[in-house]
Amino acid sequence: MNIIVCVKQVIDPEAPPASFKIDAANNRAEMKGAPPVIDPYGEYAVEAALRLKENVGGRITVISLGVNLLREVVKKPLAMGADELILLEDESFSKGDSWSTAYALATTIKKKGEFDLILCGREASDTNAGQTGPAIAEILSLPCITLARKIEAGDNKIKVERVSSSGYDVIESPLPAVVTVSNEIGQPRYPTIKGIMAAKKIEPIMWKPADIGLDATAANQRTKLVKLFQPVHEAKCEFATGETPEEMAVNLAAKLREAKVL
Amino acid sequence: MSDNKGVAVYCEIKGDKILPISAEGLSIGRKLADNLGQELSVIILGSGISALAPQAIAAGADKVYVVDDAQLKDYQPDAYISVLQKVIKQVRPQIVIMGQNDSGRELAPRLAYRLGTAATLDCVDLAIDPATKRLLQTKPVYGGNAQAIIVTETDPQIVTIRTKAFTALEPDASRKGEIVNIPAGLDASVIKVKILNRVIAEIAGIKIEDATVVVAGGRGIGSVDGFKQLDELAKLLKGAVGASRPPCDNNWIPDTAQVGLTGKIIAPEVYIAIAISGSSQHMSGCSGAKTIIAINKDKEANIFRHARFGVVGDWKKVLPAFTQKVKELLAS
Repeated sequence: MNIIVCVKQVIDPEAPPASFKIDAANNRAEMKGAPPVIDPYGEYAVEAALRLKENVGGRITVISLGVNLLREVVKKPLAMGADELILLEDESFSKGDSWSTAYALATTIKKKGEFDLILCGREASDTNAGQTGPAIAEILSLPCITLARKIEAGDNKIKVERVSSSGYDVIESPLPAVVTVSNEIGQPRYPTIKGIMAAKKIEPIMWKPADIGLDATAANQRTKLVKLFQPVHEAKCEFATGETPEEMAVNLAAKLREAKVL
Repeated sequence: MSDNKGVAVYCEIKGDKILPISAEGLSIGRKLADNLGQELSVIILGSGISALAPQAIAAGADKVYVVDDAQLKDYQPDAYISVLQKVIKQVRPQIVIMGQNDSGRELAPRLAYRLGTAATLDCVDLAIDPATKRLLQTKPVYGGNAQAIIVTETDPQIVTIRTKAFTALEPDASRKGEIVNIPAGLDASVIKVKILNRVIAEIAGIKIEDATVVVAGGRGIGSVDGFKQLDELAKLLKGAVGASRPPCDNNWIPDTAQVGLTGKIIAPEVYIAIAISGSSQHMSGCSGAKTIIAINKDKEANIFRHARFGVVGDWKKVLPAFTQKVKELLAS
């Protein structure tokens, strides 16, 4: 099974909230002092691909699009066990929106050819847009299943468990198809030393917009980011006091009763 | 821009009622339509649903487009997208509002790209820009660390709204509106994926979305047994138990209890956060709670920036004493 996984480099979502800063002039966010990481949701997609490869064999190609891509970051999926990495790195991508990003990825997938399954994270941890997978499916006119928590490969088809608010749906789709993967799929594996060594030897394939037939100067976004800002939370927490944790607990209960919260 | 006009709400139904999130969509849709001086229409898809149109009118709609077809009895994304595409091409609204739920999450982006436009998901605020008359779409980004205001430059401007971000209008049965039936005209070949089974996880007690009190635990709870203590307090308060992501990832509690950006978005009266640090992604799911109470051993934990009441201490010592005292107070 030939699997393509789309993964992006993001600012570290696990860094403490205090290190999150907005560069208002450029409408950009950064994590002060924390290096970028592979998007955690994308990692679940890589994990799903690796499990399928273990079960039915195949080849995993990872595609990452962006600017200032750090090799040690974007090579993590290779270290986890993916076979090939295509990097679309160009300044013009920094201005993109969900549509233009998905369009560039879909065009890359078309150029690459030979695929049975395209996997994406359910959303990226930076934009939280949740659109890349469904958009690629529409652009390539492929079946689409979102929010997978389990993927089983069959004879030219897949069976997917899709997370729902009340449980899950079991959905079958012919291949090729696009599936977005949710965190319920289970913890992504850590790269092994062997994997890290193997990843070092793999040279990423570098494609520029022109290589996939895109005009880097043409504006093909459909949305505009007007403003990025941090909502303000006023700290106004009333702490229950006491000599011991137990006393504080009793005082908290009394306080809540008094305030008619309970 | 285009000559598209009006605001359309995709209205979902369950049984013989419109979903709360759709009523919330109608409420903000009404506001936007009034601001633009345009019509608010509603699109309802399903089978045997014609009796529901008056409910949509009472909830704020001027016009209801009903697609009543046996093939639309159960949700199937390919069929629903195909029919919605047809209806929207006919109605030509400027704005389309859907709910950010199981179906809206996948319908909105796929529909948008099929219509040559774009979608913004999980909006918590919507307003009309007075100068340009375009829709200002506010949505949380960076896991809730920030919010973005986005404008879609193509029509229709498609959005999904976050649960409980907007308040539904009181139904007004005296409102008048027009009902238009549209045939589905569904071509079976558009259906690509097959839904084999819908598995409903069994939940004992009150559903977390419906509970007025939620007692939630984080990584520090440490075990299935730890959550039993939370359950005791929840039962006492006639509430439900929730969790941040780590306990779900560790199978201490089912995934359906997860509160946060990738779990449930809830707005209970009281949210008791125990050993939860309060990551932005978790706060996305519970910041709508009226009163947040936090128990955490770290005084600097982010949760205390959101909490109204708190205790700094080890939950293992605080919780049993707290539960005991609450029991006494409730009995007196």
